[in-house]
Amino acid sequence: MSELLTMQNITIFVLAIFVGYHVVWNVTPALHTPLMSVTNAISGIVIVGAILQTVPINTGIFNITSILGAIAVFLTSINIFGGFMVTRRMLEMFKKKENKLMESKK
Amino acid sequence: MIAANANFTSAAYLISAVLFIFSLKGLASPASARSGNTLGMAGMALAVITTLFVGHYLIYSLIGIAIVLGAAVGIFAAKRVQMTKMPELVALMHSFVGLSATLIAIASVYNAAETHTAVQRIELFVGAFIGAITFSASIIAFGKLSGKFSAQPIHFNNQHLLNLMLALLILGFGIFYYSQSSQLAFLVMCGLALVLGITLILPIGGADMPVVVSMLNSYSGWAAAGIGFTMNNSVLIIAGACVGSSGAILSYIMCKAMNRSIIAVMLGGFGSKSAADASDGVQKPVKSGSADDVAFLMSNADSVIIVPGYGLAVSRAQHALQELTSKLISKGVHVKYAIHPVAGRMPGHMNVLLAEADVPYEQVVEMEDINNEFGQTDVVFVIGANDVVNPAAKKPGTPIYGMPILEAYKAKTIIVNKRSMASGYAGLDNELFYLEKTMMVFGDAKKIVEDIAKAI
Repeated sequence: MSELLTMQNITIFVLAIFVGYHVVWNVTPALHTPLMSVTNAISGIVIVGAILQTVPINTGIFNITSILGAIAVFLTSINIFGGFMVTRRMLEMFKKKENKLMESKK
Repeated sequence: MIAANANFTSAAYLISAVLFIFSLKGLASPASARSGNTLGMAGMALAVITTLFVGHYLIYSLIGIAIVLGAAVGIFAAKRVQMTKMPELVALMHSFVGLSATLIAIASVYNAAETHTAVQRIELFVGAFIGAITFSASIIAFGKLSGKFSAQPIHFNNQHLLNLMLALLILGFGIFYYSQSSQLAFLVMCGLALVLGITLILPIGGADMPVVVSMLNSYSGWAAAGIGFTMNNSVLIIAGACVGSSGAILSYIMCKAMNRSIIAVMLGGFGSKSAADASDGVQKPVKSGSADDVAFLMSNADSVIIVPGYGLAVSRAQHALQELTSKLISKGVHVKYAIHPVAGRMPGHMNVLLAEADVPYEQVVEMEDINNEFGQTDVVFVIGANDVVNPAAKKPGTPIYGMPILEAYKAKTIIVNKRSMASGYAGLDNELFYLEKTMMVFGDAKKIVEDIAKAI
């Protein structure tokens, strides 16, 4: 069962690499910096692992596992909120000009 | 809550993975990028909420506090960061992903409620190892980018031997953990991986930082995927793999733009030795001019191409430059910006800096699309850039031979703004500066650009 699960994981992993490869090659070079900041936010998905480790052990709330888990939740939250927000801020800059250009053309 | 349907959970994670892919897909054009970003946020929210529902015995108070604090810090940083400092912010965020991955792996190893199969022990080892290297290497990269440490490559004796020894030790402790489930061996392994991250990155010079930042972006993705393997969690594996390949592609693009192999970057030391050969002893004459001369040339030109480099960002001349171009455009001059892939400190950095200064997206052209226009251009204005316009790249035998450049030398008149005749990162003299049709304007970019704008 465990071996089967691992093979399934590897299958998902390899296919996802191909998807990522093709999607990212289509990203316009002008947006490579927002690409990096949004991938920063997306790698914050490890928060899922961090949340699942924030558990009591032998009914003790403060233990190595829960504290490390909570610290990881904190760090990944910085990435998630910071990453998506700064990406949005940058993309707004690209938008701002589009609007101005439209207005000046009118 | 505990009986939450496993199929439902998997479906929710699958949806959030698809939303992440859409957020990357949106970046294909500035028009779709914003909605893509929103989809990414939705995907993240869905994944987090799902996890909060399916987790057993979670300590919600601790999780809640951690998320609120993290959100406050993240939003504050995102609102306050200057666009010139984006590479530092990104490097710091890579380090957080790396550290989190390591902490999660350690937490899991110390979690008495979990038993790990042989395969899971290998996966934990790999996840923690990549995470720790990503963490310490990103911290060093952050230090080099922000000027807290010297950007010079640091060499020490037998560095490759030391790295090899560290790698073997890490493997040794990893095997010990694998066979004995020793928590201590796991911790020692993580500590050694931190040291390896530092020794790997110290020899890499400032010029190669765009590659390093891209590479660490890739590593942070692989670390996330590694944690996904130990948890058998598909959304972590998919998101991690996408981020990993994204970073790998960016590293490849950066390497190609500098004509460097990824191996050569890793071994480090670019720009350290050749600096001495910069001047061959002979002082060659250059023609220098004033801001008024430039204003005259530009306002009488039919077409102008501006080649911005990092020097522009350093002196914060983007806004002044944008004013200058609007003035020129109102006089009927065709103005475009030519962007080399490594202009700035990270991929796409110059585009963001220009966007911040309200330069319209349409005026900014990538290298491949503009190179054949230089021949028909009246005036090229090179500002704070050096190596990316050095014709030496076309000559076999020079250190930068083969590097793709912006062919500024083909233009009818070339104006170069620099602070001094100092050579660029590659430590090479630039023939472009000595051409008959080149005029050098020395001084701070912002002041010069403002003076030109005033004179037009």
